[in-house]
Amino acid sequence: MLRLPKFRFLQPKSLVEAVRMMSDEGPDALFVAGGTDLYPNMKRRQQVPKVVIGLAQLKQLRTIKGKPAQGMVLGAGLTLTEVAEDRRIQPAYPVVSNAAELISTPLLRNMGSIGGNLLLDTRCNYYDQNYEWRKGINFCMKKDGKICWVAPSSPRCWAVQSSDSAPVMVAIGAQVKLISGSGERLLPMAELYNDDGIHHLNKRPDELLTEIHLPPTNGWRATYWKLRRRGSFDFPVLGVATCLRLTGDGTVEHAKIVLGGIGSYPIEVTLSEKAIIGKKLTEETIHDAAEAAYSPVKPLDNTDFAMSWRKHMARYYVACTLRELGGLPQSLPHLETERSVPALRVFSSGPFS
Amino acid sequence: MGGANGAEQKDLRVIGKPHRKVDAASKVTGQTKYADDLVFPRMLYTKILRSTVPHGRILKLDASKAESYPGVKLVLLGKDLPIPYGALPVSEDEHPLAIGKVRMMGDPVAAVAAVDEDVATEALDLIDVEYELLPAISSIQAALDTPEPRIHEYGEFGNIHRRQVYEFGDVEAGFAEADFIREDITFYEGSTHLALEQHASVAQFGHDGKLTLWTCTQDPHYLHRSLAKVLGLPQNRVRVIATTNGGGFGGKCDPFAHEIIVSKLAMMTGRPVKICLTREEIFYCHRGRHPVLMSTKTGFKKDGAITAMHHRTILDGGAYGGHGVASTFYTGVLQPTTYQIKRYKFEAVRVFTNKAPCGPKRGHGTPQPRFAQEIQMDKIAEQLGLDPAEMRRKHLVPPNSLTVNWLRIGTMGLGKCIDKVVEGSNWRERFRKLPYGKGIGLACSGYMTGAGTPIYWNGMPHSGVQLKLDRSGGVTVFCGSTDIGQGSDSILAYIVAEVLGIDPFDIRVVTADTDLTPVDLGSYSSRVTLMTGNAAIQAAERAKQMLIQAVSAKLGVPADRLLFADRRVSDRENPEKGMTFVEAVWLAETQFGTLGTVGSYKPAAAPGKFKGAGVGPSPAYSYSAAVAEVEVNPETGIVVVPRVWIAHDIGQCINPVLAIGQIEGSVYMGLGEALMEEMTYRGNRKMVHKFPSFLEYKSPTTMEMCDVISYLIEDRDSNGPFGAKEAGQGPQLPVPPAIANAIYDAVGVRIDEVPITPDKVLKAIRAKAKGQEGRYGPTVFPHCDMPASIFVPTPEEGGDGKAVERQPVLA
Repeated sequence: MLRLPKFRFLQPKSLVEAVRMMSDEGPDALFVAGGTDLYPNMKRRQQVPKVVIGLAQLKQLRTIKGKPAQGMVLGAGLTLTEVAEDRRIQPAYPVVSNAAELISTPLLRNMGSIGGNLLLDTRCNYYDQNYEWRKGINFCMKKDGKICWVAPSSPRCWAVQSSDSAPVMVAIGAQVKLISGSGERLLPMAELYNDDGIHHLNKRPDELLTEIHLPPTNGWRATYWKLRRRGSFDFPVLGVATCLRLTGDGTVEHAKIVLGGIGSYPIEVTLSEKAIIGKKLTEETIHDAAEAAYSPVKPLDNTDFAMSWRKHMARYYVACTLRELGGLPQSLPHLETERSVPALRVFSSGPFS
Repeated sequence: MGGANGAEQKDLRVIGKPHRKVDAASKVTGQTKYADDLVFPRMLYTKILRSTVPHGRILKLDASKAESYPGVKLVLLGKDLPIPYGALPVSEDEHPLAIGKVRMMGDPVAAVAAVDEDVATEALDLIDVEYELLPAISSIQAALDTPEPRIHEYGEFGNIHRRQVYEFGDVEAGFAEADFIREDITFYEGSTHLALEQHASVAQFGHDGKLTLWTCTQDPHYLHRSLAKVLGLPQNRVRVIATTNGGGFGGKCDPFAHEIIVSKLAMMTGRPVKICLTREEIFYCHRGRHPVLMSTKTGFKKDGAITAMHHRTILDGGAYGGHGVASTFYTGVLQPTTYQIKRYKFEAVRVFTNKAPCGPKRGHGTPQPRFAQEIQMDKIAEQLGLDPAEMRRKHLVPPNSLTVNWLRIGTMGLGKCIDKVVEGSNWRERFRKLPYGKGIGLACSGYMTGAGTPIYWNGMPHSGVQLKLDRSGGVTVFCGSTDIGQGSDSILAYIVAEVLGIDPFDIRVVTADTDLTPVDLGSYSSRVTLMTGNAAIQAAERAKQMLIQAVSAKLGVPADRLLFADRRVSDRENPEKGMTFVEAVWLAETQFGTLGTVGSYKPAAAPGKFKGAGVGPSPAYSYSAAVAEVEVNPETGIVVVPRVWIAHDIGQCINPVLAIGQIEGSVYMGLGEALMEEMTYRGNRKMVHKFPSFLEYKSPTTMEMCDVISYLIEDRDSNGPFGAKEAGQGPQLPVPPAIANAIYDAVGVRIDEVPITPDKVLKAIRAKAKGQEGRYGPTVFPHCDMPASIFVPTPEEGGDGKAVERQPVLA
């Protein structure tokens, strides 16, 4: 079987101690919460920290604070199951709960944390392989090698942002709190991510993600549609998070459309947003927005499914989110399974005041 | 029925009832020990260094640093095991560790035995290997186009492993009789077994010079022979114990390198040695579904009667022979078992490529041609304006007949199967009548219940059973068969319990141990229930006769009036008069001494007498029909299968819960092959397997699994135990073509290859919208020089089953 490399495990009793441990241990250390991303990566030698600082026991990371009207604050250590099912989060931020519920499997959601999912390592099927497999192709630039096998002439790494919660948090305008020995900062979620498969996070290794600040629930509505092969286990190969605020007559006054699983960071498709801002959602405006999502999307052959098909799907999925938020029927209402197709599984957020 | 095959159906007490499996409690409580659960004092652990190139010569192999690494006990290299082996005697082309050459990424090169797995893993990196890269062959076309360098030095020529050409009756004359002829080219992608349990083995070499190997194999007997051969030990010094298989599906049939490696390491170190493969390594062991390109040319009458079929297949065999020669036969030999085909020509080619070797996976070589045939039947019906269910129904192979290629069919319940699924799915009201995006499709199949000939030629039984009756009233059944989850241990208990009138849980079952149990050839070809069942009936009937003699004398009741039921032996006409089963055993042991009997089974000789006639014959053929319902989203191409109705002609069901479990498992596997599973290699990246992992090799989860409505059709076959036929493989076969046919019904496009992924469906839909052909699939069948046919006149033409010199066809 695959074995973990040897490492030292530290278990801090407080956030302060966690941060201190990290500054003491330096670059050889990594934080771990649920471990559902890190430990498999360690077994494959993608990451080989000498010290692992465990956060799962820290109650401070599992708090839920604030009121929806002012914006709630989620502890980064809340499990994905907690985020999916919590009676305070679920009614106020259904899009957040529903995105969490779409992640992986029930077992992994019971372990994995919301913070861990936001910081999920980028994925690529040249990178997410055993040590022996990667050695066979002389490794790739993300770990131990020099080349990006997805695009060998490229100077950069094209590993894919594969978190379901990330595009949702970017679309709704959440923020994250990062703490370290040198203080703390609040970062808009969009600024957490970089368009680079290796340096995909604007977060120093010594910084600890402690809180997610959700925006006030002041009239926006959002939804997240996830494309994946199967109704469980799978990472997204496309995720569309759409957040809109409509005026009383249905005119779009604010729109954020963010695509996940298709590049190295959550990609905001501003042309799609422009196509609907100031207009009402009709089949025509939705069509224009969907078309505008096609060209920014450049999937590569490093995830599941044929890449050209994934590119086509961006249009369809953007349109689906807009129809849903605009209260328009989906295109094939007679297909009873359309809404329950695992690969098409959606969870919409209801309107709230 | 009755006689040696058991009682009248109405009298059955155990057979046909939903008894628990004998191993169910230990499995659900976690007490079952799999090979990887075994731990011995002083045990060493093994890791295997594998090739990092797809095809190459080994220029340098230096293990000295690894040998001196602390904790390493031994490093084994190819030269330590020079004798080749392979599943079939005709293609013994494997070595446990590469000798001079590697043929695929993942080929074993060296093995380290160390005090623990960490040390063994670390030592692998210290072994220095240099390769001279050879051109790698990635596909069927590349293998045909690239005769040099050869992957193997044997075979037909170039990289052609095997060619087979058979013609049953003059196929051109058959085409001349046809009203219409159509040729369809189809492709069936390779897929793997994905058993949950990873392959694991532990070997121990005793001071008595005897080797014991505990391993999760489906075929301990064949492995026993290979081990003795490669290790240079007499067979009587080797013992193979097949541990509980956590799923097999054909993936644990071949003798594997790691099984031989730990055995050799145990012999050399004198310590127990274990290995448990990683999931990635199992993708390299593979032996799963062959990718097969097919051309099916069929001549037919206006009513759908088939006058001739010329069926051609090319199999992508991967890097080794394995069971491949048999697989190659199976891409053609069972085609004539469902519908009457007047004349039949079958050409098959197997090529070598630098990929994981293919072999037997559920349905072994037959899901591919069944897919080709059944989607073509749908097209023929469409072309003729006939209902595809009725058209099939009209041209079924009759029961108790010989097929065009000399297979003897016994009972044949396909007509009843079709009727059941047509009725259950409300076919007549729905076919071609559902709104755009929804569809239903039908397909059928036949499969064998056990291969009629063993893998190596011999005249001995295929299955043996020993029975021991002891003074406790307990009965122990010894049989070489291997339970891979299908329930073969339970089947033995049910059958013996039925004959002796006791409870299945009174019986101990000892199986799959080459020291303790008589030979059974293994869990493959759907043979186990039929063959072990017949052997068990014989052994149990012999034991029963001894008990009858003793009891009859004691009670003064005529032998034919004694009834064995409810743990009693009593007078059928005066049930008060009798004794317990235990008392009967005491009486018999007093009279005869220690009680033990044996039974064995060997299939009857096949009617075909031509070279190659050994593949295809079976004591009985099972039949299945399925209707799949699909929903296709025409904007995405995503296909969902909400429901499958499936009827299976099982002869006599031994346990309905187990039989339906096999049917549902088959539907599940068929669904995966139809929609998503594929063994994919990156041809331009050293032929690495694209995703050798459980996460990224896509197989359905419970979320994708359809509802299954199963029907068991019981028409007892005189060759089966109590009339039973197989259920483990046949029901998979109609599932992929039924889904493909349903997609056509839903959105009007033909997807002539699996897996039917959404990109293919969408491409076909878009092509159709542009006025092009609404189809996705191969369009060209490549040329390969073929030898002259083995020409065999058909039974209808008065042939005698022998091949004849071909009479020149009059033009």
